[in-house]
Amino acid sequence: MSWPILSVVTFLPLAGVLFILLLRGGDEHAARNARWVALWTTLITFATSLLLLWHFDPSLAEFQFVEKQPWLGGATAYHMGLDGISLPLVILTTFLMPICIIASWRAIEKRVQEYMIAFLVLETLMVGTFSALDLVLFYLFFEGGLIPMFLIIGVWGGPRRVYASFKFFLFTLLGSVLMLLAIMAMYWAAGTTDIPTLMKHGFSPELQKWAWLAFFASFAVKLPMWPVHTWLPDAHVEAPTAGSVILAAILLKMGGYGFLRFSLPMFPLASHDFAPLVFTLSVVAIIYTSLVALVQEDMKKLIAYSSVAHMGFVTMGIFAVNTQGVAGGMFQMLSHGIVSAALFLCVGVVYDRMHTREIAAYGGLVNRMPVYAVIFMVFTLANVGLPGTSGFVGEFLSLLGTFKVNPWVAGLATLGVILSAAYALWLCRKIIFGKLEKPELAGIRDLDYREIICLAPLVVLTIIFGVYPKPVLDLSAASVAQLVENYARALQAVTP
Amino acid sequence: MMVSLPAELTALLPILPEIVLAVGGMVLLMFGVFAGDRASGFVHAVAILLLIAVGALVLWLPGDKLVLFGGSFVVDSFARFMKVLALAGSAAAILMSLDYMAEQKQRRFEYAILILFSTLGMMLLVSAGDLIALYLGFELMSLCLYVLAAIHRDSIRSSEAGLKYFVLGALSSGMLLYGCSLIYGFTGTVTFTGIAQAAGQGGIGLVFGLVFLFAGLCFKVSAVPFHMWTPDVYEGSPTPVTAFFAASPKVAAIAIFIRAAVDAFPGIATQWQQILVFVAIASMVLGAFAAIGQRNIKRLMAYSSIGHMGFALIGLAAGTAEGVQGVLVYMGIYLAMTLGTFAAILSMRRPEGQVEEISELAGLARTNPSMAFFLAMLLFSLAGIPPLAGFFAKFYVFLAAIQAGLYMLAVIGVLASVVGAYYYLLIVKLMYFDEPTAEFIPAPRKLTAVLNISGLLNLLFFVYPAPLIAAAAAAAKSLF
Repeated sequence: MSWPILSVVTFLPLAGVLFILLLRGGDEHAARNARWVALWTTLITFATSLLLLWHFDPSLAEFQFVEKQPWLGGATAYHMGLDGISLPLVILTTFLMPICIIASWRAIEKRVQEYMIAFLVLETLMVGTFSALDLVLFYLFFEGGLIPMFLIIGVWGGPRRVYASFKFFLFTLLGSVLMLLAIMAMYWAAGTTDIPTLMKHGFSPELQKWAWLAFFASFAVKLPMWPVHTWLPDAHVEAPTAGSVILAAILLKMGGYGFLRFSLPMFPLASHDFAPLVFTLSVVAIIYTSLVALVQEDMKKLIAYSSVAHMGFVTMGIFAVNTQGVAGGMFQMLSHGIVSAALFLCVGVVYDRMHTREIAAYGGLVNRMPVYAVIFMVFTLANVGLPGTSGFVGEFLSLLGTFKVNPWVAGLATLGVILSAAYALWLCRKIIFGKLEKPELAGIRDLDYREIICLAPLVVLTIIFGVYPKPVLDLSAASVAQLVENYARALQAVTP
Repeated sequence: MMVSLPAELTALLPILPEIVLAVGGMVLLMFGVFAGDRASGFVHAVAILLLIAVGALVLWLPGDKLVLFGGSFVVDSFARFMKVLALAGSAAAILMSLDYMAEQKQRRFEYAILILFSTLGMMLLVSAGDLIALYLGFELMSLCLYVLAAIHRDSIRSSEAGLKYFVLGALSSGMLLYGCSLIYGFTGTVTFTGIAQAAGQGGIGLVFGLVFLFAGLCFKVSAVPFHMWTPDVYEGSPTPVTAFFAASPKVAAIAIFIRAAVDAFPGIATQWQQILVFVAIASMVLGAFAAIGQRNIKRLMAYSSIGHMGFALIGLAAGTAEGVQGVLVYMGIYLAMTLGTFAAILSMRRPEGQVEEISELAGLARTNPSMAFFLAMLLFSLAGIPPLAGFFAKFYVFLAAIQAGLYMLAVIGVLASVVGAYYYLLIVKLMYFDEPTAEFIPAPRKLTAVLNISGLLNLLFFVYPAPLIAAAAAAAKSLF
């Protein structure tokens, strides 16, 4: 590959930003052009990112598409690259962005240019987060995402948008600044912020402990884990549909990615010591937030709490640190990325029509919206983890991995699967089935072609990944295997 | 031509920029006296050019460490770096004041002259190699600042600010002088290198003097607990003067703070580190919490600058070359952020005049998107959010603190920066989330230029950060 394809994918959205800034003309005109520019930019970015997939060699565990340029001077460089863990997340990002743009096509009426700019900047920062191979560079992308997301929630959000956006920003910032200090401590211990070098460094147990906790503070807020998850329901409820989609599908995954990229390889001893803590928090998250989801009256809030529960499976699988667990965590992240994105889009569909997200305001939609009912049902079942959908594979693998390490944790987590069936099916019954009694709903339209374009690819992927997950698992298999192997070796070195 | 000059004159080469500035300032003063206030526009323009020329001279002078007047005047990379920053800040401050002064019917040529002489004081201060030069530099700088604060002599607020600043400033000068005399009494010398040799491991008397000296210095950089004057003076002074206060004098005061601590007291570093750790923590925490309740944007900026000085002092508290490098990077970026923010504050103009309430910014993103965008970028940068320049400023000082093992200081520092982020976010919220009130009248082009340039510098710093960081590293190395 003679051209820096990874940097091109990362920064291509900024070219779209430039285009939008140059747009002139009346408000209506400029808004329409901004939508088209954003759509084409994200589509081209997606197409370019497929080239990454095409050229990626899944049999190698090393970083590929590596680029390195001097940047801050000293040991901090502009270092980018992908492996089997980050590539799927990059593709997920670029894949969901056009869908978000289409979903915002009519839903966003005011300040369209700024909205599209915020989304495109966010895409650059998200792809950058997953591709950065330098800690400072990673932190730059990771934290930089706060600014556009803060504006997306705050400017285009619901009635309590100010509260939600501030909570989102300050919670995440608070977690991350501690990570920044840990990054600095690692720099002085190892003399570099280069991620591949740090993975091999072998930090002292004392430093591992503190650095692990600092990184955990950041990723636990981002993921989010119980008890620091409270910003998520607020942010989800107030954010515009596409904002919720990005939040649930991509931003949460940065936490899981962080555990896989930093916590496990760099602090194996601390990860081992703290694994019980993570298991406990995961199980609490799975059971407690599922129970909380059961009593929600707002659709988005229900899905938000279910996200927290599903992320519990991710952390549980990751910290089991065996092939099944880590692969399951990875798969669960991708699957949740698709399913939760789709569920938020589904909520957006009825919200655009009725301007309420209250569950009680709906009922019997199947009578007027058969296509919608089918699609909603598919994603509900995927959310529950029905075999044959992508949700099953991830949950099954992470439970399998955890069972090997700690059967009790796995057993308790299984309760969460049952509870998730309870709240998801309850939601489905309330909204979709029953008699259409509310007079306001009598005139509701079924999906239009734009909404079908958004949701159809997600339906297809949910089912394909559920029936034939092998290509996805193969993609990350080599990297996951290496991660698990290095982890085991590091533990063996101290306890022979 | 240089060769034909007598040796006594060529020996003065290191101080040439200061001589040019002093002579230029006096010529302009004479010109102003005869031409009157009608020529104030011309005087201001020439003053800006003079500052730029002096900046070029500073950079043009041969490198390495040059010492003059028996060690009381030092020119090294450190001095050069800080002088360029101070000159840039002063030039921008004059530029930003031009239209304001015209509108307020306050066309006074003395304004530019005072800034010139104040800047001269800063340059002498930055190069000071002994306690006498330190004190003289401070006084030249400060006396001009007192007058500047009260330059609207018909305005009660401005006069009050000037008087308050003068009384408290005189008190701090007294403490500074008392500290100097104690140090002289216990070491028998006033040069920094001499003090460093004579001090050795210190002693209670020397530490006593050090504390007084640092108290005076803390007053000048407005660090807690010597910060009380800042909000009142910032609020009362005419806004362009406040912009000037927040920029160059801070740079110069931090510079001499560093030089005095590192050059004169390397032997008792553990003692002054404790003081600085306390001052840094107190400034950061107070700056963060006290700013939350402010309604007036100039008061808010006062608390913000108190907090920022706390962050900058973290680097000095580390007491290493890396730490000083961090402070220098911090001051360079702080200068750009502050000048840009004040350019935005000066652009808050209604037909009835200048406004200062934060709530006046509501809905700015609709009425003036470009100003809102750049101000928002500056505010995020002040909060230290990556990838903006302010993040790198904080990054380098914290990096040094971690290296020096000051973990507690670093943790409190980052937590204070989160609290600080809250009030910057409040302004962004006003501009972006709220409904617009009335529009501002279009800002003069000079202000827009300063705002946009500093906004862009902050936004794009991460693309090519190497020059500033390398220059700061070289400057810091020249001290150790």
